[in-house]
Amino acid sequence: MRNPFQRTLIGALFALGLQSLLPTVAQAASNEQFVPMATYRVGAYASSGIPWWAGEIDYFRYINEVEGGINGVKLVWQECETEWSVDRIVECYERYKGGLNGAPTAFFFTHSTPGSYALMEKGAADRIPLIDGAGGRTESTDGSVFPYAFPLLLNYYGQASVGINYIAQREGGFDKLKGKKIVTVYHDSAYGRETQAPMALLAQKYGFENIQIPVADPGNEQSAQWRQVRQIKPDWVFLRTWGVSTPVGIKTAARFGIAVDRIIGDVWAGSEADVIPAGTAAKGYQALAPFPGGAEFEIHKRLKQYILDTGKSDLKDPAYFGKVYYNVGLINAAIAVEALRTAQTKFGHRPLNGEEARWGFEHLNIDAARLKASGFEGLLPPLKLSCADHEGGGAARVQQWDGEKWQLVTGWLQADRDTLRPLIEAKSAAYAKEKGITPRDCAAEQ
Amino acid sequence: MTTTTARLTASFDDAPLTLVRRRWPLGLALLLLVAFVALPLLGDDYWLNAILIPFLVLSLAGLGLNLLTGYTGQTSVGAAGFMAVGAFATYGLLLRVPGIPLPLALVGGGLIAAFLGMLFGIPSARIKGFYLMVTTLAAQFFIEWVFAKFPWFYNYASSGTISAPRLELFGYSLASPVGRYLLTLSCVVLLTWVAVNLVRSQTGRNWMAIRDMDTAAAVIGIPVDRYKRLAFAVSSFYLGIAGALWAFAYLGTASAGSFDINRSFQILFIIIIGGMGSIAGNFVGAAFISLMPIFLNHAGQWLFGGNVDAGQLQNLQKILFGTLIIVFLIKEPEGLVRLVGNLRDRLRTWPLRF
Repeated sequence: MRNPFQRTLIGALFALGLQSLLPTVAQAASNEQFVPMATYRVGAYASSGIPWWAGEIDYFRYINEVEGGINGVKLVWQECETEWSVDRIVECYERYKGGLNGAPTAFFFTHSTPGSYALMEKGAADRIPLIDGAGGRTESTDGSVFPYAFPLLLNYYGQASVGINYIAQREGGFDKLKGKKIVTVYHDSAYGRETQAPMALLAQKYGFENIQIPVADPGNEQSAQWRQVRQIKPDWVFLRTWGVSTPVGIKTAARFGIAVDRIIGDVWAGSEADVIPAGTAAKGYQALAPFPGGAEFEIHKRLKQYILDTGKSDLKDPAYFGKVYYNVGLINAAIAVEALRTAQTKFGHRPLNGEEARWGFEHLNIDAARLKASGFEGLLPPLKLSCADHEGGGAARVQQWDGEKWQLVTGWLQADRDTLRPLIEAKSAAYAKEKGITPRDCAAEQ
Repeated sequence: MTTTTARLTASFDDAPLTLVRRRWPLGLALLLLVAFVALPLLGDDYWLNAILIPFLVLSLAGLGLNLLTGYTGQTSVGAAGFMAVGAFATYGLLLRVPGIPLPLALVGGGLIAAFLGMLFGIPSARIKGFYLMVTTLAAQFFIEWVFAKFPWFYNYASSGTISAPRLELFGYSLASPVGRYLLTLSCVVLLTWVAVNLVRSQTGRNWMAIRDMDTAAAVIGIPVDRYKRLAFAVSSFYLGIAGALWAFAYLGTASAGSFDINRSFQILFIIIIGGMGSIAGNFVGAAFISLMPIFLNHAGQWLFGGNVDAGQLQNLQKILFGTLIIVFLIKEPEGLVRLVGNLRDRLRTWPLRF
């Protein structure tokens, strides 16, 4: 046994042996719907992950225990820790795509843009809808090319558009945008660069000056960038940072004398974790909120009564109840539940597979009445998806930090989706061509 | 190796006989049979996609780094950077050279990575030890920056992400998990075979001489600088192929961020824990680093699922994983492969003691 290959054999067998110890329990199919959860409770993003998953789990518990499941179908879930790393998310997806103990998987929350990219083709091949609210791959909004990807609510292009629309509203009309200087300070990553194309298009349409300034990851030091911003003397700043670069950006902006109420944060730069570290400098800072913060919505009253006060909540620290990331979890969970409910009207009140769930997502129609009944009024805009439109709403509210908590300052602002749509279709057509995909005929699939 | 030489001079007439005497490597044949036939037949999607493919790719990356760090003694923390070069170069070749077959694109990606590795290896002529490590760190950050900054590399995709082109070999589609597994396995087996022969050859011995003491190596006439550069090139070739497989056979997508400094450290840990200067050590190390967290996750759920708070369970797993690393390194600083070897030697004389 001197051969290195034989040593390899032992190594490999040892590893395989460890794995094969795992129990594979196969039970009879039950009346349960399985939800895999690729959580990140440890690692760099734990501070957003913990309340996020708590929101989802609390809502599922509420559905199970108060409403008796979705038309009697109980939700069961299993977590796998991913630390927000793509390879662990893929592992989790592969582990649970077939369901658990006979309960089928109907959809997969990726909750990570890189994760959505990695799973894009696997999801299409396995027929599992990939849900990534206000994230994901922008061009997958075009469901004819991406049948199993859902960048729900508000894709990155929409985020740019809502930001511009809000600025126009503050300026007093789109015609006032002409000649204005709008600086985008962005995290120099895939996420940060995603809005460059729509911003260029909107700048052309409205005649404002579009200036893009990158901040290298992680963004602990931004003096150079904000000195540049100061020289430009912008009318508005769109802050598309992430993680530590947001509070640092807000603080540095204050140091360079840029009015904080002229800075508009992006969806992922608009949680409590982004403003509290910035201290008083953040007072007056605004951010887009497809997932508004706050604990005064109807659903929060119900959750407080049935889940929090009975000690069933997944939150360790109840102070996080109603915080932005908790509500992100709530909203994602609620959309998924509504989609399953929709699919059950066609396929019957039973656990569904991925293909059936996709039908549900594509025919999802959460109208004002449904919002009121489910307790999400004000927390979620009316949402209607279709085969061609996997985004749905395309709207966000704007919230402002008052030094203590987020205050919603607008109603739902609609993104200029008609202007952006050709951009998305060009990208999805390029993808279809590269992969040799024949787009579905959405008109024929009603 | 030295014993063979001694025997050769002692009985020169018999030498050819002693040299050609080779036992058929039954264990190896069995392993290959299992890997090529049994696993694709028995393994499900989860096993192939989520366990075996990443394990093989990380083993290959470890092998590449081990040739440089374990065999030539040049510490590098830029492994992931060269993986990124391999991935982006393969993607670029498949995209821009019409009709290029996949194996050629892979080799091309590897060669481009090798060239870049050689460039970044040039400072090794003057800089040693920790200082050289800093230059590889610079390589890591520079490469990451290049692939994030210049859209040409990712074909102007909106988010800087490249995705796998259609994988096919001689007209067969490799899109299925089994196809991608076999592609990865073939690459790994072939390159491991090359590596085994390489480290036993003159080149490998020169590398080891440089590792043990480069002044002494220079004195006995080894062109130290050239062999250091060669080690950088060969190592980067391996890493480049591993990067391309990671991007296309495993994840199906990659961006500069998927090959960050953490990936470099992961590969460095694989060779430190597996065993420096050992081929098999890479496989053991990759199994430990990539599979142990998954195993702990499964075990945790199985043992405590539902009874212990999920967040605490995750933290417990991290603590356990870290403790295991420390325990193994204290018990056997030469890596897990040595531990396995000791166990084997002990089993051989069992039930007697040494």
